[in-house]
Amino acid sequence: MSIDLDPRPSLAPEPASPPASPLARTSVRTEPSSTDSVPMHARRTLSRSTAEQRFELVGCWVAALALSWLICGRLMPWDGPLVFVAVTIVLGIALLTVITAIDAGRPEVVDRIVTTVITLAAALVGLALVSTVLFIFAKGYKPLLHLNTFFDDMAGVGPRDSLDRGGVAHAIVGSLIEVGIAIVVAIPLGIGTAIYMTEIGGKFARVVRTIVEAMTALPSIVAGLFIYTTLIVGLGVPRSGLAAAMALGVMMLPIIARASDVVLRVVPGNLREASLALGASRWRTVWHIVLPTARPGLATAVILGVARGIGETSPVLLTSGAASFMVTNPTDGVMNSLPLFIFSTVRSGEPIYIERAYGAAAILLAIVLVLFVTARLLARPRKGSR
Amino acid sequence: MSTTLRSSLPELEEDEPRDLWIDESGSDRAFVLGSRAIAATVLAITAGIGLFLAFSAIPTFGRYGLGFLTETQWQPEADILGIGAVLVGTFTIAAVALTFAFPLSVLTALYIAEYAPARIKATLVSLVDLMAAVPSIIYGLWGFTLIQPHASAFALWLHQHLGWIPFFRVDADPNAAVWEQTRYTASAFVAGIAVAMMVVPMACAVMQQVFSQAPPGEREAAFALGATHWGVVRTVVLPFGKGGIIGGTMLGLGRALGETIAVVLIISPSFDLKVKPLEVGTNSISALIAGRFGEATSLQLQALLTAGFVLFLITLGINTLAAMVVARSRSGQGADA
Repeated sequence: MSIDLDPRPSLAPEPASPPASPLARTSVRTEPSSTDSVPMHARRTLSRSTAEQRFELVGCWVAALALSWLICGRLMPWDGPLVFVAVTIVLGIALLTVITAIDAGRPEVVDRIVTTVITLAAALVGLALVSTVLFIFAKGYKPLLHLNTFFDDMAGVGPRDSLDRGGVAHAIVGSLIEVGIAIVVAIPLGIGTAIYMTEIGGKFARVVRTIVEAMTALPSIVAGLFIYTTLIVGLGVPRSGLAAAMALGVMMLPIIARASDVVLRVVPGNLREASLALGASRWRTVWHIVLPTARPGLATAVILGVARGIGETSPVLLTSGAASFMVTNPTDGVMNSLPLFIFSTVRSGEPIYIERAYGAAAILLAIVLVLFVTARLLARPRKGSR
Repeated sequence: MSTTLRSSLPELEEDEPRDLWIDESGSDRAFVLGSRAIAATVLAITAGIGLFLAFSAIPTFGRYGLGFLTETQWQPEADILGIGAVLVGTFTIAAVALTFAFPLSVLTALYIAEYAPARIKATLVSLVDLMAAVPSIIYGLWGFTLIQPHASAFALWLHQHLGWIPFFRVDADPNAAVWEQTRYTASAFVAGIAVAMMVVPMACAVMQQVFSQAPPGEREAAFALGATHWGVVRTVVLPFGKGGIIGGTMLGLGRALGETIAVVLIISPSFDLKVKPLEVGTNSISALIAGRFGEATSLQLQALLTAGFVLFLITLGINTLAAMVVARSRSGQGADA
């Protein structure tokens, strides 16, 4: 018996003569392209709502809007957009309940109400986030239109000087220097500790892990107060960028160590075992196998730690002082940073200062957004490689 | 054919496991020692902070006794220091924050885990993480400028309609012809809303992770029995995610208690022992530190450090409990936070 039942195209040359036209070629082919001999049907979507349900939904909300306008605008002495939205939501849910209850039982009514409530709550949270970002950029875009905002400092700029003069360059530079020093301290220590906890282990590692996890609960202001008491009051170091960087480093260290620990722990153990079985030393295993495998996760951990550090106000409030001029030497007296600049100018009561504060807030938010997107891109699993 | 029966067990040589220990190479020894040194440094730094805080609490408690925890006034001139009022204020702000954040984060986590279309789920998770990365001073500005007017109007409404509950009382006439808006601003209520924005992403991330691990078999079984979507959520997802809900909320509570700058921006500091979140004036431990560190003498500095230590102990306790609850809720999943 030599009947070939395999529907797959065989390697033997095709007996059919070459087709005359492209149109004919397409019709000649009889074998299914997949190995599956069962014909595939498109799957029916089960969760899709019917046209009637969608019509009910739209109708309910339109009716709720109209009723709400009638009540708020004509019948009751209520005004304000929040009241209108609240009334609309209450009416919409009530209408939806009534409409659904006409031809459905209790469980379906409850299901519909809950779905609406959950979706509205998620929308509210999303709205809060969007409103925050838009609000900061809407209030802070004006100073950003002046280039001097990015290149000037506030030396000799009075509270009533227009936005053409002065800028936040000193705060941007100060933030970068402080966070830079903090990460130079915190990253080697944090990742080194994480490597010790996961790769070497033992009783001591458990002690370290317990303490490090406990210290992630340290409120940032207490980290700042610790540096203030020990370095500035105790050792007499003047308020400076270095002290602020130490405070930020102390705050970021447990966060980075813990996040890296989590990332390193999910590196599959069989990769390590394979490397060791090939005769690699522990050090080479860590350097060539574990760290490259965990690199995206580590990068995310570090970048999110940096984003946290650059936006943290309370440690620098206590330790750096606030300079109005450009300072590039972290050991040389007071320094400014973006969060501190925002904090000190937004409470000044001077309208132009407040505008500058929102401009600085927009810059800070933009930096954090860029860091965040970078972290996401790095963390994304690479397609097509290996 | 003959079988020989063994009369006695054959003599077995005692087998010893081969010694697997090998001489570590020089680089390995350096690696182990080096990383141990780093870990020891980090341990020294972190444990040092904890011990330093604990030791600075000793003279404070020696001088002011346990009354430090209950005394409401902070008057360095009269040598009366205590954190009774600020402790109450800290918890009031956190309670307001949780009142808003708890339902919102549970519902948002349910939406992301259960209701959101599969295409946008990853984006939504990223957005929640982004919300956690936004600096707290930004939320402070948001609450201070954008939310405060609406929040104080809402506070007036609460006072007018629920004023008979002591919790919602404000020392002002709710039905006055000209609304005393300043009595309703800079309150724990407004600060709590800003803090809620920081609590929601933390709590929501934990809850969403736990919800999406709900056993698919049970979900499908419930659907097959004819349950509605809410029925599945109520009987499968929520019972499974109970630990995540509790743990996530407590993690958020830890954050809410320690938040400084958004609170400092919004509140006007006061030292009355009161639970009137709608009324102007409140205080929290972190706001106290931020406000008073500059003019503090060494004794007062120690008192501030003690206040910070108390705050640290509270957040530590809450975080530890939360970690235990979350860990128990997903057994076998050791490595995640």
